[in-house]
Amino acid sequence: MSNGQGHVTATEPRIESTASRLRELVAHLRQQRAQLREEWARLITEAQLLTAMTKEEIFAEATSVYDNYVEALETGTYEALQAYARNLSERIIPRGVETHEVVGIVLLLRDVLARSLFAKYHEDFTKLNRILDAYEPAANRIAITVAVGFVQERERIIREQQEAIRELSTPVLQVRERLLILPIIGVIDPQRARQLTEQLLRGIRTNRAKVVVLDITGVPYIDSPVANHLVQTVEAARLLGAIVIVTGLSPEIAQTLVNIGVDLGKMNTVGDLQGGIEEAERLLGYKVVLVQEPAAQPA
Amino acid sequence: MQVPILKQGPYLIATVQAALTDEDLKELRKTLVERVGHLRSRGVIVDVTALDVIDSFATRTLRDVAHMIRLRGAETVIVGIQPEVAFSMVKLGLTLEGVATSLDLEEGLAYLGRKGKAPEREIRTQPG
Repeated sequence: MSNGQGHVTATEPRIESTASRLRELVAHLRQQRAQLREEWARLITEAQLLTAMTKEEIFAEATSVYDNYVEALETGTYEALQAYARNLSERIIPRGVETHEVVGIVLLLRDVLARSLFAKYHEDFTKLNRILDAYEPAANRIAITVAVGFVQERERIIREQQEAIRELSTPVLQVRERLLILPIIGVIDPQRARQLTEQLLRGIRTNRAKVVVLDITGVPYIDSPVANHLVQTVEAARLLGAIVIVTGLSPEIAQTLVNIGVDLGKMNTVGDLQGGIEEAERLLGYKVVLVQEPAAQPA
Repeated sequence: MQVPILKQGPYLIATVQAALTDEDLKELRKTLVERVGHLRSRGVIVDVTALDVIDSFATRTLRDVAHMIRLRGAETVIVGIQPEVAFSMVKLGLTLEGVATSLDLEEGLAYLGRKGKAPEREIRTQPG
């Protein structure tokens, strides 16, 4: 925390005086707490930050942020603040609070406090300078801590969600003895394609499937590498002794498959999922018979 | 490593138990094609469950076996290819075209049972 404006050359007293200035600063901020907090909350509303939260919530959060802020200034340690920032992020991220808002409010608080220091020391410019020497690095450090905490929390959530999506993204369902369906929804990226292959081949083995209906109605388009991968998966399934029926190809996907020059002798495709299941039943030797007209539902 | 070849009714079952050298593969091809004629078998099952790797030579040999046996009047089915092996084979463009494949021995027997020209004796041995 050294900078060129210091008037004291020896290190020891310099630190001491920084500490004493910080103490003075903290005392001032404690004393002015109510007023500064009010001012800060007003600025937040004015700047239209944290619009996802009510006024009362903003005020409550502002109070605890303020106290934590002053405490971090006083103790010079950021662990408590870090933990608080993480906890705060956990609560406000689900509310849709954005990164720029969090950084914005912390910077606003920094400015509010700096202004109050200007107001207090405006007569003694040298002293103001020294107080700011002590204040600024600490305040910046706090801003960084909070912002980093927020971003880290966000990243953690994104990672968790990706994990969840990955797990949910390729269900393998048995609809009849020896018949599996794999409904795929959403865009298939290379990683998902790999996972799909793995699940499909493993599913064939564990369920002893003979026919698999791969329904890609919910896939808007695929690129050539993924299309190739899909074709390879179909061939690999054949090596395991299973037939893959692909259903629900969109015109775009059909175009892609034709462009990569897929051998249609290897690909078994049917228009929709129903047709695919019917074809699968035929291959497996099932015959669906309507035993009785369904009775009218009692009202 | 010799591959044991068992006669099971009208079928021959060759169970590969460990990785095979190219020589072993050639030996297997020779023996199978010979036996199909001697024993008047109608189907051959090659079980590769134990293999972690099936390379291009093995794939070509298996395909050749299948085609040669077809010419000798029998059907061949390769069974027990592991999922990972299957996908790496396909990645390398080794797709065993024109060769029947099944999940395991049981499925392979069922496949040959369906394929067989169906003398009555055969059908009675089918479960269900």
